[in-house]
Amino acid sequence: MRFLKSVLVSVLSAGLVLFSAGVHVATAAESKDPIKIVINNWSSQLVLANVVGQILESQGYNVEYVPSDSQLQFTAIANGDMHYQVEVWEGSMAENFEKAEMTGGLVDAGTHNAVTREDWWYPSYMNERCPGLPDWKALNKCAEMFSVAETAPKGRFVGPPADWGKHFSERIAALGMDFEEIPVGQAATLWSELQAAYDRKEPVVLFNWTPNYIEAKFDGQFVDFPEYAKACHEDKSWGMNPNALYDCGAAKKGWLKKAIWKGVKDKWPKAWKILHNVDFNNAQIAAAASYVDVEGLNEKEAAQEWVKSNKSVWSKWVN
Amino acid sequence: MVTDTQNPPIEENRFFSPQVRFVLTTVAIILVAVWLSRQFNELIRWPQEWVIPVKDWVTAYFYWLSHDLDFGLFKFRDITRGFSWLLSWPLYWSEVFLYRGWSGLGTLLPIPWPAALIGVGLIGHCIAGWRLSLFCMACTLYLVVFGLWEDAMRTFSLVAVAVPFSASIGLMLGVASTRNAKAESVLKVIFDFMQATPHMAYLGPIVIFFGFGQVPAMMAMVIFSMPIMARCTILGLRTVPASVIEAATMSGCTQRQLLWKVQIPAAQNTLMVGLNQVIMQTLAMAVIASLVGASGLGQKLLFSLQQLRIGTATEQGIAIVFLAIVLDRISQAAANRPPGRRVPHLFWQRHIHVILFAIAFVVFVALAQVSPALSVFPKSLTLTFGPGIDEGVKWFSLHFYPYVKPVRDWVTVAILLNVRLFYLVLPWIVTLSVLGYLSWRLGGWRLFVMNLALSSFVLLSGFWKPAMMTLYIVNIAVIISACIGISVGIWSAHNPRVAKIALTICDTLQTFPSFIYLIPVVMIFKVGDLSNIVAILAFATVPSIRYTYLGLSNIAPNTLDAATVSGCTRWQKLRKVELPIAMPEIMLGVNQTVLMSLFMTTITALIGSRDLGQEILKALPGADTGRGLLAGLSIAFIGIITDRLIHAWAKKRKASMGMSDD
Repeated sequence: MRFLKSVLVSVLSAGLVLFSAGVHVATAAESKDPIKIVINNWSSQLVLANVVGQILESQGYNVEYVPSDSQLQFTAIANGDMHYQVEVWEGSMAENFEKAEMTGGLVDAGTHNAVTREDWWYPSYMNERCPGLPDWKALNKCAEMFSVAETAPKGRFVGPPADWGKHFSERIAALGMDFEEIPVGQAATLWSELQAAYDRKEPVVLFNWTPNYIEAKFDGQFVDFPEYAKACHEDKSWGMNPNALYDCGAAKKGWLKKAIWKGVKDKWPKAWKILHNVDFNNAQIAAAASYVDVEGLNEKEAAQEWVKSNKSVWSKWVN
Repeated sequence: MVTDTQNPPIEENRFFSPQVRFVLTTVAIILVAVWLSRQFNELIRWPQEWVIPVKDWVTAYFYWLSHDLDFGLFKFRDITRGFSWLLSWPLYWSEVFLYRGWSGLGTLLPIPWPAALIGVGLIGHCIAGWRLSLFCMACTLYLVVFGLWEDAMRTFSLVAVAVPFSASIGLMLGVASTRNAKAESVLKVIFDFMQATPHMAYLGPIVIFFGFGQVPAMMAMVIFSMPIMARCTILGLRTVPASVIEAATMSGCTQRQLLWKVQIPAAQNTLMVGLNQVIMQTLAMAVIASLVGASGLGQKLLFSLQQLRIGTATEQGIAIVFLAIVLDRISQAAANRPPGRRVPHLFWQRHIHVILFAIAFVVFVALAQVSPALSVFPKSLTLTFGPGIDEGVKWFSLHFYPYVKPVRDWVTVAILLNVRLFYLVLPWIVTLSVLGYLSWRLGGWRLFVMNLALSSFVLLSGFWKPAMMTLYIVNIAVIISACIGISVGIWSAHNPRVAKIALTICDTLQTFPSFIYLIPVVMIFKVGDLSNIVAILAFATVPSIRYTYLGLSNIAPNTLDAATVSGCTRWQKLRKVELPIAMPEIMLGVNQTVLMSLFMTTITALIGSRDLGQEILKALPGADTGRGLLAGLSIAFIGIITDRLIHAWAKKRKASMGMSDD
């Protein structure tokens, strides 16, 4: 113990002696507290969060990146524990996002140009084996091809984690499909199923979304279900099954929003504006993600690359 | 039961041996319970309307605590936030020192990696000499050359603050327990439950109270590792000989002096074991803690897995293992240091390690100002074996799948689906009656009351179905793990070389983050119950191996000699002598295997399952505290029931073999 103490004391004193005056010049006259930007565990979000962070830093703000779960983050933003989320997905996050918005702590910071889609997806090699795809009726005819021992003779649909609120089992029932949903516990499990099936060229149909890194790595398409309408989730009589909800596909052009803590407005007024102005389109998001997924940079370097090559885009946000 | 009423009860025993009577009674109970459940549907499935909404109450209570509880001047929330603010300071400084650097008045660089490398080497040398020193430096060098330095330092800064914090709280609670019998009995029950509740179930309440980020992650680490320290403290202080304490009291020690000058130094070795366990548990939390916002190796590891970069994840996992091994070896060596070493007289001789470290630190900090490669290892020089592992996994999944698939399909259809069906249709009244009878036979009415109370809680709070799914998965996993584990244990006990390999594999499996092997398991076995079971096996077999090995190697050599002399063959010796004597230890190993499997269900929930682990995982995002906590408690209850049953059985068995307990 005494040894450790003396190590600590000598280290600290040595450290204090070794000051060198490299004073950081700040331009903003607002709070020096760090703006906490949420990072999640998929690459486009990580890079975009770092892009936003680096833009803010270039304007003299201090930034901190806080990792978070994609659902818990909204409570945290509403509480002011975190301040900004650059990717809010309609399909999987709308519910918790709107819940947090109701409390007043979280504010909708506008919609990106980018659109999102979250639905059933299959690799392209299935087009030959199951003619008629991507139509869902054709898929249903091939159901047995997709079966595994525990679902046979029904086809297996590898679904998202049960808490993502997607109602796929209800859709299967409403459309009378010969499929069974097997939910996974996390996205990585979905991708392992896909990777393994893809390597072995096995039939597989699973949950996927766009934009994400999967498009860059695997060739495939979304299944076309009956067109989405809001009424489909609220009115049983809507759609081809008059007695059931969810007899339709997911929105083909879902929104992608930003979420911000209401306190940012008073604490960092200029950043509040910048963060509202942030706006990515699909191509920019895909490019940002591919720095990480294809070129193997880490998210920090990827963001640097993006910021360097898209100056004309983001300079409009800061002015 | 068929009995002749004419005969007195003593005669009855001639016809039925105790074992047969036991089996017959069990069958009778099952038949009655099944008959009853046929009469009343409520005895098969507990009706949804009868479920006591405890989980909603708990969620509402936590919400009230964290949002509305107001003491007038301040809210409860302010206390928890203040507490986490207080904790954030030591963490902030350890971060500044280890990786963040400081840019306040001037710029202060974090410790350059060469200085840290030398520092680790010096600590190793100071405690146990050159061998340890070189070993620790090699492990540290791995972090550097694989480009994991900053992440490792993020993780380490958490550990560096969590460990002293957790150890001192544990120590205080332990001391309090030895002074106050009431406190001890309360704490003991709390610790039992804390240690049987899976790590993930704690995360919900932590997020509610402490928010997100490094500090809450640290709280999770502290909460999980603290009970071990408390237990070791109690154990250590209890084993200080009474004569020593008497002598101290007679020479006029105050209670405080007695504690600090006599008891704690005397119990030093046990306390160091506790500290060692605290360190290991803290690092074991590194990955799980990143679910509530810990940055560092754990977070990077989960991210790599999302990208299916198993190789990169493996590198990061190994980094965690190395951190653990270095801290483990250093703390173990410190615990085993022989007391009363000669202390050199000269100042510089006494503090040679500190002085050398200070010089290295100053030199490298100065050099790092000039050459940035000394503060951040250049990326172009880093090594990686990730792609190789990725290719290996791909090759394996391509070439082995054709052989695995028929086995997988057969096992799933012929065994798993049927067993699952059995667990799902089994009426709860049957399960409870058999459990009750078993508890009463093994541990008397006390065990009976406790086990029924715990299992009824699971039933009444509406977790019965996921609990049965958990039992189904865990049951199969335990049977397989125990078979493998006991066989390997027996083999190890008879062959020192095998023992060495097996124990090394056990060590690695225990510290290597289990998240990583979920991916290859899914690639080969697909999402399903079998994947869950296979993933559990890798983790749960370890204690069975260890305890079997321990039990068999502890048998007195003269007992074995006696068996050999009386002409036993090797097989007879094993079956008639070794296994019966070691059986209590082996069963304790199985007990640990059950607990490990229960814990693993929260991790295999990431594959996809319908058990209690899934309930915990699902509760996490929605801040559904009640659901997560109660599902966690249900797992703890299953673990505790099994634990008590096995202990009661082992006690009976030891008594019947004429060996004393403890």
